[in-house]
Amino acid sequence: MIVDYILIRYGEMTTKGKNRNRFTSILRENVRTRLKDFTNIKIEATRDRMYIKLNGEDHEQVAIRLKQVFGIHTFSFASKVETELEAMKKGALAAIEKLEVPVKTFKVNVQRSYKNFPLKTPELNRELGGYILQNTEHLTVDVHNPDVSVRVEVREDATYITCGEEHGAGGLPVGVSGKVMMLLSGGIDSPVATYLMLKRGVTVEAVHFESPPFTSERAKQKVMDLTSKLTKYCRRVTLHVIPFTEVQKTIHKEIPASYTMTVMRRMMLRISEQVAKERKALALATGESLGQVASQTLDSMHTINEVTNYPVLRPLLAMDKIEIMDIARKIDTYDISIRPYEDCCTIFSPANPTTKPKRDKAERFESKYDFTALLEEAVQNRETIIFENESIRSKSNDKDKEEQVIDFKDLL
Amino acid sequence: MIYFDNSATTKPYKEVLQTYVTVSEQFFGNPSSLHKLGGQSEQLLEQARQQIANLIGIHSSEIIFTSGGTEGNNLAIKGTAMQHRNRGRHMITTEIEHPSIYEAYKQLEQLGFEVTYLTPDENGFISAQQVKNAMRDDTILVSLIHVNNETGTIQPIKEIGEFLAKFPKTYFHVDHVQGIGKVPLNLKDSHIDLCSFSGHKFHSVKGTGFLYVKKGVTLSSILTGGSQEQEIRSGTENLAGIVAMAKALRMTLEKQSQMKSHLLELREQIMNNLHQIDKAIINSPSYNFAPHIMNVSFVGLKPEVIVHALADKGVFISTKSACSSKSSDVSRVLQVMGKSDQVAGSAIRISLSYENTMDEVEKFNNIINEVIAKLYKVTR
Repeated sequence: MIVDYILIRYGEMTTKGKNRNRFTSILRENVRTRLKDFTNIKIEATRDRMYIKLNGEDHEQVAIRLKQVFGIHTFSFASKVETELEAMKKGALAAIEKLEVPVKTFKVNVQRSYKNFPLKTPELNRELGGYILQNTEHLTVDVHNPDVSVRVEVREDATYITCGEEHGAGGLPVGVSGKVMMLLSGGIDSPVATYLMLKRGVTVEAVHFESPPFTSERAKQKVMDLTSKLTKYCRRVTLHVIPFTEVQKTIHKEIPASYTMTVMRRMMLRISEQVAKERKALALATGESLGQVASQTLDSMHTINEVTNYPVLRPLLAMDKIEIMDIARKIDTYDISIRPYEDCCTIFSPANPTTKPKRDKAERFESKYDFTALLEEAVQNRETIIFENESIRSKSNDKDKEEQVIDFKDLL
Repeated sequence: MIYFDNSATTKPYKEVLQTYVTVSEQFFGNPSSLHKLGGQSEQLLEQARQQIANLIGIHSSEIIFTSGGTEGNNLAIKGTAMQHRNRGRHMITTEIEHPSIYEAYKQLEQLGFEVTYLTPDENGFISAQQVKNAMRDDTILVSLIHVNNETGTIQPIKEIGEFLAKFPKTYFHVDHVQGIGKVPLNLKDSHIDLCSFSGHKFHSVKGTGFLYVKKGVTLSSILTGGSQEQEIRSGTENLAGIVAMAKALRMTLEKQSQMKSHLLELREQIMNNLHQIDKAIINSPSYNFAPHIMNVSFVGLKPEVIVHALADKGVFISTKSACSSKSSDVSRVLQVMGKSDQVAGSAIRISLSYENTMDEVEKFNNIINEVIAKLYKVTR
């Protein structure tokens, strides 16, 4: 079977009433961007369906990309045949034979929009079903609960045949829900959290804290590689790299050991909130999972969260590590995350951080030193890198840092 | 110079050498070093890996860089044998493998492994049925050459792979060294677990290569040390070579898609001419053949003599495979195909690349006609 079209069905955005047109047009733009390098395709979006006319492009390659676009519930490959019984029979048979997953039962589902076609819908159902039965082995008809249904849409100019459905990524189109500021560490969790936030249709910007020379170039590279991977699921991610060395050194000097971790997290949230405010993000998001480490106990969250009144979204909150790792493997970030470079959270970490920090204590310790200037400086001196569909643009306040992104294209 | 010995090795592309020099000069840092230079080298290494993965349609973590085909084959075979010896000690291969496979199995036999060597039919083909018959419950590995390096015979890899897919305990190892860039092979469709590649066969520099190790396939390492390449192949990465290879692969595959029928056209001209020479016996098959390898015997003439006589006229070809042409005995591959010692002992190999031209072929035809006629006159 030659696939001429891909038919896309929207996910839960069809329940969105008045906003639906906006949702559809954002999804169409996202699909267009993701399929940019397939130059021959044509995209047509209607209220409840999107059609991609392939014009000779490889449908399987297109399908791989479509599975990375949020807001697509399912899609099907469609072939176009003449509105003529023999052609329909052959088309329907080819469609069912092409399926990769073995099926046992099927039904034919004819939609006869062209009312002048000589055969009526039930007759056509029977004709096509009969033809498939005669020409295949092991297949039987089940009209109530078939493994697969062969849909035949009869129109005057042409007939479209689809068979089976591929699952899309689900969720909402990226860009419909506003912007969040993600705290990206480089571990296994935060990229997964980013992926899940994107799935709910938000645009993501990320902050990463680096403490050179205590953290290496490699740790930053790791975060850049992760960010780059995540652009598969959205059009762009802006990464803010915050110089955190001074803040951390000061914490280490001024704050009792058992509270350094708690205070460090509070500082991170303060800085992130500041960046979020500048970049007009409406919430912060983290990869925290309840109880996973000392900073992620309920007591810790209670104390750390005190410093911001921005919503802190935690998409992984109720997930087990195993579940998180499964997603990380699926989205291909796992191998990058496990590269063994220390990030700023681990270098100054005390041997025994408290798992039950108190708000008043944290506040008391912090009040002994005025961090305002240091925090301000960290926000101001951040380096901003924009990732777009796996390509990188660097926009740094610090000129020396700009040539860090090397393009190897000439060599390869 | 007419270079028709491309299955022995190829001439590196200019652009590839350029890359090799640039990388050696500018990115000499050890990818494992923590500092910035090391970081850049590691980045470049991973981009090269990603490019190769994209070109072949696999995942970048499925690539283990090696020093070439011989190492890849040894790693696949011995690595499987060591890792899975408790699962079984039987392995299957053929009589027509490259020495780096054949001898690796011979060595394993001495260590107590049992190896079944399949014999090809008179055209050099192994059938899926033969593999089926040889399968046992304790078979851990099947090794098969995709394109034979001496005759150009293409084995039914996909059919055998589909059959072996039903045996999850048995790995399927394919030697794709001669095939890459010339004869398409889809690693996923053919259910291949291990596949070896060699850079210098596709215009990269010597000492480069990689082994495809499918996700989930486990190997023992045969070179232990600094844990590079997922701890399977230790040793500081040959970064310049690896990047050069990634470029050579891209260029070769681009040529393959642009010049689809080029090799076939050249081959046809050469074959038409050979067919007209009396006493020429064509050993390459007339179906399922690779477009770039031709094997022909001139009974009564010593192959070394033909090679030298042609070399005097600036034409370079091989007697059987370069890797085994140092041993003076007859071709093992031709022998097991049922050819007489006379035929198997007088074979020469002509092998092409996309760099060769029709003009060269015409000159070659004239020269070989002249040389063969002269030599026959002398021997009479």
